[in-house]
Amino acid sequence: MKPAAAVVFATAGLGAMAIAAEIPLSDRKSGYEFMARETRAMQDDDTANPGMLWVLDGETLWNRKEGAAAKSCADCHGDARASMKGVAARYPAFSAARGRPVDLEQRINICRTERQQSTPLPFESKELLALAAYVGRQSHGMPIEIADDERTKPFLQAGRELFTQRQGQLNLSCAQCHDDNWGQKLAGAVIPQGHPSGYPLYRLEWQALGSLQRRLRNCLFGMRAVSYPSGAPEYVDLELYLMWRARGMPIETPAVRP
Amino acid sequence: MARALINAPAKAKRGDIIEIKTLISHNMETGFRPDNTGKAVPRDIITDFICKYNGQEIFRAELFPAIAANPFLTFYTVATESGTLSFEWTGDNGFTATESVDITVE
Repeated sequence: MKPAAAVVFATAGLGAMAIAAEIPLSDRKSGYEFMARETRAMQDDDTANPGMLWVLDGETLWNRKEGAAAKSCADCHGDARASMKGVAARYPAFSAARGRPVDLEQRINICRTERQQSTPLPFESKELLALAAYVGRQSHGMPIEIADDERTKPFLQAGRELFTQRQGQLNLSCAQCHDDNWGQKLAGAVIPQGHPSGYPLYRLEWQALGSLQRRLRNCLFGMRAVSYPSGAPEYVDLELYLMWRARGMPIETPAVRP
Repeated sequence: MARALINAPAKAKRGDIIEIKTLISHNMETGFRPDNTGKAVPRDIITDFICKYNGQEIFRAELFPAIAANPFLTFYTVATESGTLSFEWTGDNGFTATESVDITVE
């Protein structure tokens, strides 16, 4: 009896491993490829893409003097088109001062509090999204390049664990939808692979630009799991893992999604 | 003022049919959504849009609460003469926005 049970257990274990396989690099698809022709056209045309409204706002904010230091982003970084090229493709990135990775929104707020001596912008505020979209836009078309080194490894691992961990009342993991069942339907919508290549992005459902953390909160809510507070390290670890998972894919910021 | 994006050809041949696309940032609050205390958020939408070609009205639209945020309107006209295309949006709470682009007709 005992050996038989052990065999069953072992097979079940193998099965679970086979199901939770990562998507091969060559099979990865951006959410863009699952969209309707009309939505793709909306993203491709800069004068039809509503995300560009935030990018333009971000450009204004980039040049506006802020805080006690009365400095603008441009006073340190100059022309964003040159200095911010490729930056969003590397975020979340390790911050030596914080001892952990920070995402682009957090990096902007670090600059605001430490360099501009101003108050941090609230997560999901129009200003923070606008700045993140403006910075993100400068990496448009560039491949995602997340540092996979000794410093980021533990956080990548933590992100991967969150991604594969079952949670919520529905007892689902991110991987069950986005690794195992992408391309299938969840209610009326196609399940994408979950590559965060276009954030912050304009979601037609939101009728606004939103951050990756907002999207993750959406998924957690759908799984009936307790979501983390904005800016929580869990989100950043997950963001880091997701960006690493999408390594080499082009940045689409500001993308449009249904 | 609200941010607007216009896509119209800078040059066209006389008699050409040209496409004009306009996008403006606006919340288009319907007036039907409750806030977190349960009270309805007051309506705040763009109600009218007018496009003029050298001062002459060529397109007008009325907008309603069912129209999504950041309204995107696209329409066509015939390129007749060089000049200016002007756009005007008006709405609730005294909202107004104007934008204009030049067109050269050969």
